[in-house]
Amino acid sequence: MSEEFIQGIVVFVLAAFVGFEVISKVPATLHTPLMSGANAISGITIVGALIAAGLGEGTAAAILGFLAVTFATINVVGGFLVTDRMLEMFKRKPAKRE
Amino acid sequence: MTTLLYLAAGVLFILGLRGLGSPRTARRGNLVAAIGMLLAIVVTVAAIIDEPGVVWGTIIAGLIVGGGIGAYLALRVQMTAMPQLVAAFNGFGGGASALVASAAVVATDGVFSTETSVTVALSIAIGVVTFSGSFVAYAKLQGLITGRPVGLPGGPWFNAVLAAIAVGVGIWAVSSGDPIAYWVLAGVTFLLGITAVIAIGGADMPVVISLLNSLSGVAAAMAGFVIANQALIIGGALVGAAGLILTIQMSEAMNRSIAHVLFAGFGTEGGPAMDAGDKPVNRASPDDVAISLAYAQTVMVVPGYGLAVAQAQHAVRDLANALEARGITVEYAIHPVAGRMPGHMNVLLAEADVPYDLLLDLDHSNPKLPNTDVVLVVGANDVVNPSARDDASSPIYGMPILEVDTARTAVVVKRSLSPGFAGIDNPLFYEESTMMLFSDAKAGLEAVLAALEEL
Repeated sequence: MSEEFIQGIVVFVLAAFVGFEVISKVPATLHTPLMSGANAISGITIVGALIAAGLGEGTAAAILGFLAVTFATINVVGGFLVTDRMLEMFKRKPAKRE
Repeated sequence: MTTLLYLAAGVLFILGLRGLGSPRTARRGNLVAAIGMLLAIVVTVAAIIDEPGVVWGTIIAGLIVGGGIGAYLALRVQMTAMPQLVAAFNGFGGGASALVASAAVVATDGVFSTETSVTVALSIAIGVVTFSGSFVAYAKLQGLITGRPVGLPGGPWFNAVLAAIAVGVGIWAVSSGDPIAYWVLAGVTFLLGITAVIAIGGADMPVVISLLNSLSGVAAAMAGFVIANQALIIGGALVGAAGLILTIQMSEAMNRSIAHVLFAGFGTEGGPAMDAGDKPVNRASPDDVAISLAYAQTVMVVPGYGLAVAQAQHAVRDLANALEARGITVEYAIHPVAGRMPGHMNVLLAEADVPYDLLLDLDHSNPKLPNTDVVLVVGANDVVNPSARDDASSPIYGMPILEVDTARTAVVVKRSLSPGFAGIDNPLFYEESTMMLFSDAKAGLEAVLAALEEL
């Protein structure tokens, strides 16, 4: 295995544990926005899409690259916007109880 | 330098996710994560800008088309349609990761080191399953296809065999390096995503949606290995872990293992047939309901998917306001899997301005129910079914429920006696202390409010 690949595994395992630690104990109220926000983060694949679209050669690469950028951008833009829209509704003052 | 800036983007993702975990910081957290994403995009563009022959047209066209579609969908969708939108976005993310790996296959003609070829196969397989699975989930939630589990020839074995074929094709791709093998893999996993999700009932959707969310993260991380990019690996692993936690929490809330959700469709295995025909129910009019509410001191609202379908969240809030004006305490009991995605009811009630600290979870609402005068069940069914507690032969036996039958009166607003997604009868409806108001949730609550105002 190449050094680069092993480094990738190290980063993957550590990031997964960070994900577990950061997410456990989130109140149910935030489950939907959390999922939607995490979903937007998975759009990070846009980085790969940009590289594939920009550096690919030939028609097949161009089509795949275009679709990849389009899909990833829908995921990123839509995901963050809709999460913000949801959270905007949550931000109001807590209940005034008698 | 590029790698360090990608690391910075990863750190922003982590900070953003942490922010999303608490009500006060959630909105800022989302913004922080979005800034991380912008940083990653800018860094990528800067990194390829000096390369010869960059095809900017494709990039710009993709950004404009994708950004336009994403923004349009995000800003226009009704809050009640949120689960299917999240599913759709998720599908696009998984599809993008599969496309990135596919582009790598085209670029190299399938020539990879062994370890890279494994990740290519994994990102294609997982990405494509996420893509087709998410869009089947979308179609179910949008009502384009039936929400009930669709039986497959051979039952659960169908998907197991298909998954085994996918593994076989994956091994063929990795060992031969033949691009055709990767395309066959994409085809098989496309089918697998469809058949796996179509066999799952609507009630299991919270589990499925969070699992697909987790998979989209894993697909992104695998794509990160393919193109040796740490930003993808960090972001993907974070989302994979986060989605997995939610998935586990959701399946625990239903007392079912993930494997059971995936491989045994709820209600497809028959179970006791319903014999609801001639059992008496307490049929109530809106006036009857208004009277019992007016004489109550404590009211607990139990919302379910029917509330989302009828878009009745504002009607609930109006009724609750009228009751509070009479000095009645109104709270809300939210089952973890009420609705079609984790936290679905919380989002809907927030849209209707219900303060979030009035929303009680399972552990906090059940002890209060015996001292509650009236429980108002709006469009919920399986999550209040006492069979889950009392009847060991019931398919949902063991699932934690909201024990609304312990309250003094339960009012159930429901269109008919039809069973929930689990397809099982609900003894609650035939209790003496239960009043059934047969109506669309929204129309029914509005009628109750009108009757209340005339008292």
